[in-house]
Formats: sequence, C-alpha cells, structure tokens
Amino acid sequence: MMDAILFYAFAAIAVASAVVVISQRNPMYSALALIVTLCSVAVIFGLLGSPFIAVLQVIVYAGAIMVLFLFVLMLLNVKREEDGPGEGARTLRGLALALVALLVLQAGTVLLRFELAPAPSFDASTVEMARILFSPQFLYAFEATSILILAALVGAVVLAKKEL
Amino acid sequence: MTSLAEELLIAVVTIVIVISALLGGFSLMTWVERRTLALMQYRLGPNRTGPFGILQPVADGIKLFFKEEAMPAAADKWAFLAAPVVAVATALLATAVIPYGPPFQAFGRRLQIQIADIEVGLLFILAVTAIGVYGIVIAGWAANNKYSLLGGLRSSAQMFSYELALGFSWVTLIMAARSFRINDIVADQSGWFLNWNVFLHFPAFLVYVLAATAEVARTPFDLPEAESELVAGFHTEYSSMRFALIQMAEYINMITVTVLLANLFLGGWHSGIPGMPETLAGFPLGFVWWGLKVAFFLFVFIWLRATLPRFRYDQLMHLGWKVLIPLVAVWVMVFAAWVAISG
Repeated sequence: MMDAILFYAFAAIAVASAVVVISQRNPMYSALALIVTLCSVAVIFGLLGSPFIAVLQVIVYAGAIMVLFLFVLMLLNVKREEDGPGEGARTLRGLALALVALLVLQAGTVLLRFELAPAPSFDASTVEMARILFSPQFLYAFEATSILILAALVGAVVLAKKEL
Repeated sequence: MTSLAEELLIAVVTIVIVISALLGGFSLMTWVERRTLALMQYRLGPNRTGPFGILQPVADGIKLFFKEEAMPAAADKWAFLAAPVVAVATALLATAVIPYGPPFQAFGRRLQIQIADIEVGLLFILAVTAIGVYGIVIAGWAANNKYSLLGGLRSSAQMFSYELALGFSWVTLIMAARSFRINDIVADQSGWFLNWNVFLHFPAFLVYVLAATAEVARTPFDLPEAESELVAGFHTEYSSMRFALIQMAEYINMITVTVLLANLFLGGWHSGIPGMPETLAGFPLGFVWWGLKVAFFLFVFIWLRATLPRFRYDQLMHLGWKVLIPLVAVWVMVFAAWVAISG
C-alpha cells in the first residue's frame, strides 16, 4: 500500500519533470528538471527492492553526469531561447510526429502480442547483486556498451575539432 | 500501543534527537571554533555574551535573522532562493544513515541513535554529497555575478575532485567488512585497538582525512573563505538568513565527516581494550569513547585552521588528482590482491 503510494507519487514527479525538461526555454531549468527526473527514477529503483542500483543511479547520472551538463551551461552562459518565426507550426508538427510514433509503438505491442513477463521476484542482498552484475552474464555486455560510448565520444571530438 | 505506532514513535523521536543535536552542535561549534582560534592566536575571542561568551551563537543567530536580505536585481530569483535550501537539505539527509553511538538497551528494547540503518549506507552518503554539489553550483550561477559564478565553479570542481578520493578511501574498508553498512564496518573493528581501521588501512585513513577536509572546504582547502584575493566564492551575494543556512550546511557537513571518521577508522564506539565493561551504572560507555573520538577530530579541524595557510587552486587540484587518487588507487589494488590471495 505504502509502496504503491510512493511509486505513483514519484512516477508522477518523474513524468512531470521530464515534461519540464523538454518544454522549458531556459536550458538551466531543463537541466535541473532532468536531475529531479533522475532522482525520482532512483527512488522507483529503490522501491523495486534494489537500493544499490538506486544509489548508483544518483551517484552516476544525477551526480557526475549532470554536473558536467551544468558546468557547460554555466560556462557558455546559454540564454533563454526565444520563439523564432513559424514556432507554432513547428510545435504542431512535433506533436503530430510524437503522436504517430506513440501509435506505431503501441500498434506494435498490440499486433505482435508481446507477452508481459512476470515481474521476477528479486530480493537479493547488495553483495549478491554485485556478484550477479559482475558475472560473465552481464559483465561483457556492460564492457561492450562502454566501448560504444567511447566510440561516440571519439566521434564527437572528431566532428567538433576541424584540425586534430 | 500497536507495533507500527511504536516504530513510528521511535523513528520520529530519533529524527528529532539527531536534527536538534546537529543544529545544537552547529551553533556550539561556531563558538568553540572562535574561542579556540582566539586562544591559539593569543586573543580572547567572543567572551562578552553570557558565561565565557557561550551565548554568542544565539546573538549571532538573532543578528542574522533581523538583517536585511539582499538579492541582486539580475539574479535568477527561484534558483537563488532554492540553492541554500538544497545545501542544507542534502547536508541533513546525509546524516540520516550514520549511527551516533552504540546500540543500547532502554524501555525493554534495543535502540540506537540512527535514523535509517540501510544496507548501502556509505554509497547513500556519496550519492547525497553528489547532489549537495548542486547547492553550490546553483548558488554561484543564480546570483548572476561573475565572481560568484567563478567561485561556484571552483568550489564544485573541488568538491567532486575530492569526492573521488573520499569514496575510494572507503573501498578497502568495505572489502574488509564485506558490507556497505556502517554498523558492520564498526563491528569489524571490535577487540583490541589494533583492529581499528586506522592501523591496517593507514593509507586510506590518510587520504580520507585530507579528502574530507577538502570536501567540507576547511583550511587549508577553504578557498571560498578567501574574500580578499578570490572574492570569497559562490556565497558572495548571500546575506542574512540565507548566508546563515549556507554556513549551517558547511558545519553540518563537517560534523558528518568527523562522525564518519570516528565510526569508519577509529573503531566507532569500541573502547579498543577487550574486557572493558560495556556499561557503567546502566550508562553505555560506548557513548564516551565515541564522543571523545568525535570531539578530538572536531578539534583537529580547528587546529588545522589555526596552523596552516591556504592552498592555491592549482595546488589543490594537483594534490587531489595527482597525489591522493593515485595513492589510494594503488592501495586499493594492493589490498584487493591481498584479499584475493588470502581468500
């Protein structure tokens, strides 16, 4: 009961602040709202019985990564964006596209009849959790993802720097 | 009374005790610090308000409360108002998972002054500290003042540089106790005082003390205090109660890292001598040992302030990234290898 109340409360906060992230014109507020979203998601992880993942979510995403975002925004002194010409039409086109994407995704779910997997009962201790995460089942996939991120990073540097 | 109501009552009483003790400790520390500094510098310090000037924090509080609160006209209003709140809220949140003194028997049940004994206690503290940096970042940015902004960047870079070394210094303790729970790490240090982590994990202890001092911006890492050469820092534009809130967050953080130091490295509430009685006339002696350790290291912070000059910013970054982090990283690898070999 208590879990359900907390879940819906934080789910609502997460969705509301996610909407603020994309609707705010001031990039600083967007970044701050994103921090709120990430922290609410962390609370949901905690409610699902995984305090370890919840805390890592806050340390890595809400803490380390978002601080870099804020640093860049502060140093570049990014100002509030103003409406350009044709703003209304662009907003409408964006909303329409989002609606189509939502319909396509939902249609896929309905037509292909995805079975909803039963929620795995998971009640492992933190040590147990670490053992699972560092087992070969997940470790190689995780390391491969890291290389993917590194590739994106190198790509960004190559694109941004005209001469290396 | 049902069990749930009892649990709730215990929780509320514990929270009230911890928060009021911290706020009391904060105001007492401001007075102790000023008096001790003064004595170390052949001055008297505040000695007019009440006996030995002990009412000075009350007078300061009243003064700050009645001062005009100024906000720069071009400041971002909501962010400017929210930043001190973030700083204080995260400072208080971090204190929730720390045990204050030993478990004891009272009212027919086993109690301990600790708000939440969660399994990932140490990681929780790191997470909350990471959010606490935003208080400084937002304060520096929202004032719309170049000096505040630069000070905010400087302080937050300092905080998360040293947060790495701070978190790293706990790793070997966690390996030894096989738990993130602070109570387990304290329990791991029972018996003779040679079992205290300060001896076996001396490199980690060294790094922790330095990183914690930098983390709470105490001398010799107190760049935000440098008002003549660096225009203070992120709190330049704050006045009145909001300035007091920022000060409060800093002192509470200092108490937090000191209590953690006593719990993690100095055996917490263990006396370090086997056979020492647990209680004296029903009073758990653990509180005495624990209190002495905490009080001593709070004094060390003041002592450092009276003794050392301030680091330059480049020296600060050099020490954090090129000395402390490599040192503790090597120590973690050595210890991990030892654990792996000895099983």
